[in-house]
Amino acid sequence: MKLEAKHISKRMGGEQIIRDVSLSLGENELVCLLGVSGIGKSTLFNVISGVLQADEGRVTLNGEDITGHAGRVSYMQQKDLLQQHLTVLDNVALPLFIRGVPRKKARVEALDHFADFGLAGTEKKYPSQLSGGMRQRAALLRTYLFSHDVALLDEPFSALDAITKSAMHRWYLALMERISMSTLFITHDIDEAILLSDRIYIMTGPPGVITSEIAVDRPRPRGPDFLVSDTFIKHKREILKLLSL
Amino acid sequence: MKKLRNISNRLYPAALLIGLVLLWHLVSSTGLVQSYMLPSPVTVVSAFVGSFSELMGHASITLTEAFAGLGISIVLAFSIALLMDRFEPLYKMVHPVLVVTQTIPPVALAPLLVLWFGYNMEPKIVLVVLVCFFPMTVALLSGFRSSDTDALSLMRAMGAKKSQIYRYIKLPNALPGFFAGLRISAAYAVVGGVIAEWLGGKGGLGVYMTRVRNSYSYDKMFAVIILVVAISLILMKCVDLLERRMMPWREPERVQRAAEGGAQDNS
Repeated sequence: MKLEAKHISKRMGGEQIIRDVSLSLGENELVCLLGVSGIGKSTLFNVISGVLQADEGRVTLNGEDITGHAGRVSYMQQKDLLQQHLTVLDNVALPLFIRGVPRKKARVEALDHFADFGLAGTEKKYPSQLSGGMRQRAALLRTYLFSHDVALLDEPFSALDAITKSAMHRWYLALMERISMSTLFITHDIDEAILLSDRIYIMTGPPGVITSEIAVDRPRPRGPDFLVSDTFIKHKREILKLLSL
Repeated sequence: MKKLRNISNRLYPAALLIGLVLLWHLVSSTGLVQSYMLPSPVTVVSAFVGSFSELMGHASITLTEAFAGLGISIVLAFSIALLMDRFEPLYKMVHPVLVVTQTIPPVALAPLLVLWFGYNMEPKIVLVVLVCFFPMTVALLSGFRSSDTDALSLMRAMGAKKSQIYRYIKLPNALPGFFAGLRISAAYAVVGGVIAEWLGGKGGLGVYMTRVRNSYSYDKMFAVIILVVAISLILMKCVDLLERRMMPWREPERVQRAAEGGAQDNS
């Protein structure tokens, strides 16, 4: 297993946010954490990324204990959090700057991936000049450059409009064929979860607990027709029932 | 099209200014107000031209004080804001006191400063610092403290050091406010210097002002006032230019705003 979280519990302000949550992520796997908003999914991510300390539980990366250590797994939030004062190139290269890579080298390394991430030609622009989809792709590239190893994506596409979002899904699936990145991502969008993941953890609560785990049948790559296939519908029906909707 | 709009935008204040000067000229030339009380604009301009070299000599002294004070204020503002942002107890301790000190009128402090520091440049510079550092400190501090918490936690998740968080998030976030503070401070600096000079000294526009007042040359008095206004405006413009230099990322926004008919940005 690439990443494992075992028996994570966290209380905040006297309230139990998540209780005894365990999950795992395999090499090059895309795993989704699905649940309604405010259930503690982001809290769990903050614990895994090391920004928050858990009350109980351990997090391991490649077998190494990284509980409470920030800077080991990359993290992307719903907001793109691009810094308006940096060019797109510098924004993307920011994790490399932070790691102490010399500026020139960091920029060259970042620029190598611009075409892959559909950002060619934007390097000298400022974030305010980019469209929502492009900003999100830039944020994703920043995440990727921070660590190719394991990425945590917290509702990466939920701020986009429906059409941009489905274009991003298609682009993302194609990208995942070209690069390898073990990804754990949060969503409250059932379709998105089934479309993108290899496995889905269902979180219910409060307090947030993982109640079930679903392996999505069809292997990647998945075309647009997957969204209307029988397998898709079957999974969707199953998830709706699990969320008691 | 944009150029035209900008020019017409500048026409409004210019028209008011010309109107006021005409009114002033009318009032003093018709004898409505005695000319020794309110010299006509023509007299003021000729006084300005006549004592130009003298004025420049005094202006250079005042400007030296203003720049020295402003420079010290900038350093002070950055240090204080940084420390207060870094250490929360310090913030709680110092912030209220800092606000209270700003209610002390600088004019009231000037005699004390002369008493403590004498008649040289020191008391003037100190007064300039006292009036200038506050707007910048407050602006910097609120910029530091209002940084996006998600951006901060992302930086921490990336393993950023404290200094890197300041460099990439907090400082850039505080820059627009800082320049707003600096613009105010630049104007205050000149005025502060002049006020301090009223109480005596070897030179400077304030000293010159009291001198011409004592000899009842009110035309020269007005000439000094106009010079002080001009210097303040030039300094504020310099701050604007510096701001654009330091924050190139705002340029696209400016261009866009202008294209959308943003009449506000006529700089």
